[in-house]
Amino acid sequence: MAGSTLASPSDEAPALARAPASPGRETWRRFRRHRLAVASVGVLALLVAGVVFGGLLWPVAIDDIDFAAQLQGPSWDHPFGTDDLGQDLLARMIYGGRISLAVGFAAMAVASLIGVLVGALAGMSRRLLDPVLMWLTDLFLSLPQLPLLLLVIYLFRDSLKAVFGTQGGVFLMIVAVIGGLRWMPVARLVRAQFLSLREKEFVEAARSQGATTGHLVRRHILPNALGPVIVAASIEVSAAIIAESTLSFLGLGFPPDIPTWGRLLFDAKDHLDVAPHWALFPGGAIFLTVLSINFIGDGLRDALDPRRVL
Amino acid sequence: MDERDLRGLIGRVKDGRLSRRAFVQRMVAVGLTAPMAGLMLAGNDVAMAADIRSGYKPTKAGGGGALKLLWWQAPTLINPHFAVGTKDQDASRIFYEPLAAWDPDGNLVPVLAASIPSKENGALAADGRSVVWTLKPGVKWHDGKPLTADDLVFTWEYARDPATAAVTAGSYKDCKVEKIDDLSVRVLFDKPTPYWCDAYVGIVGMVLPKHLFGPYSGAKSRDAPQNLAPVGTGPYRFVEFRPGDIVRGERNPDYHLPNRPYFDTVEMKGGGDAVSAARAVLQTGEYDYAWNMLIEDEVLKRLETGGKGRVDVVYGGKLEFLLLNATDPNVEVDGERASITTKHPAFSDPKVAQAINLLVDRKSIQTYIYGRTGKATANTVNGPERFVSKNTSFAFDPARANALLDEAGWKKGPDGIRAKDGKKLKLLFQTSINAPRQKTQAIIKQAAAKAGIEIELKSVTGSVFFSSDPANPDTCTHFYADMEMYAYSMTQADPAIWLLMYASWEVAQKANKWQGRNVVRWRNDAYDKAYNAAQSELDPVKRAALLIKCNDLAVSENVVPLIHRAEVSAVGAALTAPRSGWDNDLSFLPDWYKEA
Repeated sequence: MAGSTLASPSDEAPALARAPASPGRETWRRFRRHRLAVASVGVLALLVAGVVFGGLLWPVAIDDIDFAAQLQGPSWDHPFGTDDLGQDLLARMIYGGRISLAVGFAAMAVASLIGVLVGALAGMSRRLLDPVLMWLTDLFLSLPQLPLLLLVIYLFRDSLKAVFGTQGGVFLMIVAVIGGLRWMPVARLVRAQFLSLREKEFVEAARSQGATTGHLVRRHILPNALGPVIVAASIEVSAAIIAESTLSFLGLGFPPDIPTWGRLLFDAKDHLDVAPHWALFPGGAIFLTVLSINFIGDGLRDALDPRRVL
Repeated sequence: MDERDLRGLIGRVKDGRLSRRAFVQRMVAVGLTAPMAGLMLAGNDVAMAADIRSGYKPTKAGGGGALKLLWWQAPTLINPHFAVGTKDQDASRIFYEPLAAWDPDGNLVPVLAASIPSKENGALAADGRSVVWTLKPGVKWHDGKPLTADDLVFTWEYARDPATAAVTAGSYKDCKVEKIDDLSVRVLFDKPTPYWCDAYVGIVGMVLPKHLFGPYSGAKSRDAPQNLAPVGTGPYRFVEFRPGDIVRGERNPDYHLPNRPYFDTVEMKGGGDAVSAARAVLQTGEYDYAWNMLIEDEVLKRLETGGKGRVDVVYGGKLEFLLLNATDPNVEVDGERASITTKHPAFSDPKVAQAINLLVDRKSIQTYIYGRTGKATANTVNGPERFVSKNTSFAFDPARANALLDEAGWKKGPDGIRAKDGKKLKLLFQTSINAPRQKTQAIIKQAAAKAGIEIELKSVTGSVFFSSDPANPDTCTHFYADMEMYAYSMTQADPAIWLLMYASWEVAQKANKWQGRNVVRWRNDAYDKAYNAAQSELDPVKRAALLIKCNDLAVSENVVPLIHRAEVSAVGAALTAPRSGWDNDLSFLPDWYKEA
């Protein structure tokens, strides 16, 4: 891990003869060095634009049943083919992609936020708070997730539905459940980083100049600890997309006729031999999303790590 | 006398409970000529009615090699009276036999009985309070001891004893059995019982040997070594049993039917899943027979193209149906939703229920989802033929459905969804997770949307949906939704128990921990009356007419039958395997053979 490397070589490297750039610009300059990350930004932007604006370009209903067009491969009428009820897969993927991506990013945000908060508190505490928070983390890690999910969903499904409507309620619940059960690895990472960084010389130096704990965390420790968090968070997005499909599979997620990417994959599995396109398109979309997010995370970590020379 | 009565009569002739002569006499009495009556019988396959056993070709017992059966759920014990699920019942049927079995048309075929009791042969009392069963002489248990009436009396005592905890207790607890002589017993009923053929028949009827199980009756029943090493009268003798894995048997040389059985050994292998079992029979030919192919027909057709085997379909009483909740699932009364003190805001109007019926495209569901494994139907009772109503029909007619909803006062709003008195026509539709069911849901939802009904779909994992947990609100018997769909099997060739599903005293509710059979919570006085009348009606024709009336009443309102589903198996190309949808898959195992 980045935090375990000692005072980095960048300190000794001779300063290049260049005017100091603003931090944002500097990060972008460093990020651009990672070719795959830049390409991934393009791919992800395309996917996001596709699911957000695709509906305008391809205004086909997602639930038009047409038995004459069952299990057709890609054609001009149905660019992504059809499923076993003759429903257009492109339209379904555009619709489902919005939900899948939104669930992925929102759950990632929730998990990272809780994780960083808990990790930072534990890492900075020198008294009882650290062990207590880590006990809490261990407790959450040891919770059997599936029974807990069942419980949460039975308790809150109907009340959330009443307030936010069917889809909104399920969305909130799934984001909360996935995010709320996946923050523990992030918290542990952040705590470990904090424990190591808070004893570093530059932090000592800042503290000796009278910096408050808040300042230390915000300006000195957290930026240095973010690298692994970003990587963990990018993995979290893919895990959330897949977790959502697991929940739908168990009948606890979105209703079965809402074609999230995970749901499409699940429906396609019985027909892999005759209609591979049905599984390949949503599978490919999940694959591309997860891969590009991972590369972007990789690039960001490189760009944000102040100890790395680029 | 109307067409239904006639069909009932003809059915009776078919299964031998009414002689041809008696039928012709009755027809003449209502003004038909005798030849016309004879033609009616011929036109209904009676003249040609073939015995399921008559197709057997081998001329000597044995010599058929090994018969390899594949059950993708493995049997765990081989005592028919403890059998949980068909896997154990089927394994038991290799070794044990009942007095009579049900054939594919729902008629009785004697197995250990010398003949089927009837009024004509005097075995069936005119008051419906007793029946005499006579054993075939000379039948021996696998250990050489003779089968006698004592074994029948013992089986009754064994199964009805609550301490034995037999799953078949229900079939034996309401009757009394007394020995007449060494080969015959009399079964006595408290009240006139038109359905007298429950005990000793089919799945629940397998007879146990008194000399082996005698010491293990009652509380010690689970300790009997024979629970794992059966000694019966069946076509094959026990060789080996590894619970959860394999059952082996060898040919019984003393078997009581001539020239049977054909195979020298039998092996029932358990485990795996339906698709891999289908593959082992249809594609690779490793096994001769695989049971319960719960697979979409498309997949089966692809496997079948190899030519190593075929898909065999027999119809029993399995029905896929849609229920429209008669009570309001969104109102909680006394800790219970869908309480019978409430009325469903939409379905309490029969017109809305009829509209839903017209919006279900059964033809497409059959053609594109179930294929050969199901038939579209408008009846809740789909067999045996003598109980099937001809008065019902189904249609897919969204225009008529729209008109009905307009008539009923549900007006379309600006968003296209109908509403009445400020209540929108939004319905929650639940079922278990199973690919064909989700497709059916999608088809119904789309058609309903065109008629201005918004349906929200919900699917629940099967182990929850079909559990009997009173604390879980997602089970099918709680029915906390507006509509739900599942399949249920009629296990007897008689609809009396099946039709309890719509009787008002059977409503599933909090008071009975949702164990009642009437899940739809539909209550109707006319139905209750017809049902109760049928329960004590001894004339089979009148009884059939009453039961048909029950069917017609039920399907006219909140019950929407969809698909009459078949029992589907994979059978090797060379194997001839007669079976019946009303009995175990292996109920006619002695008659199985392979074409050389």
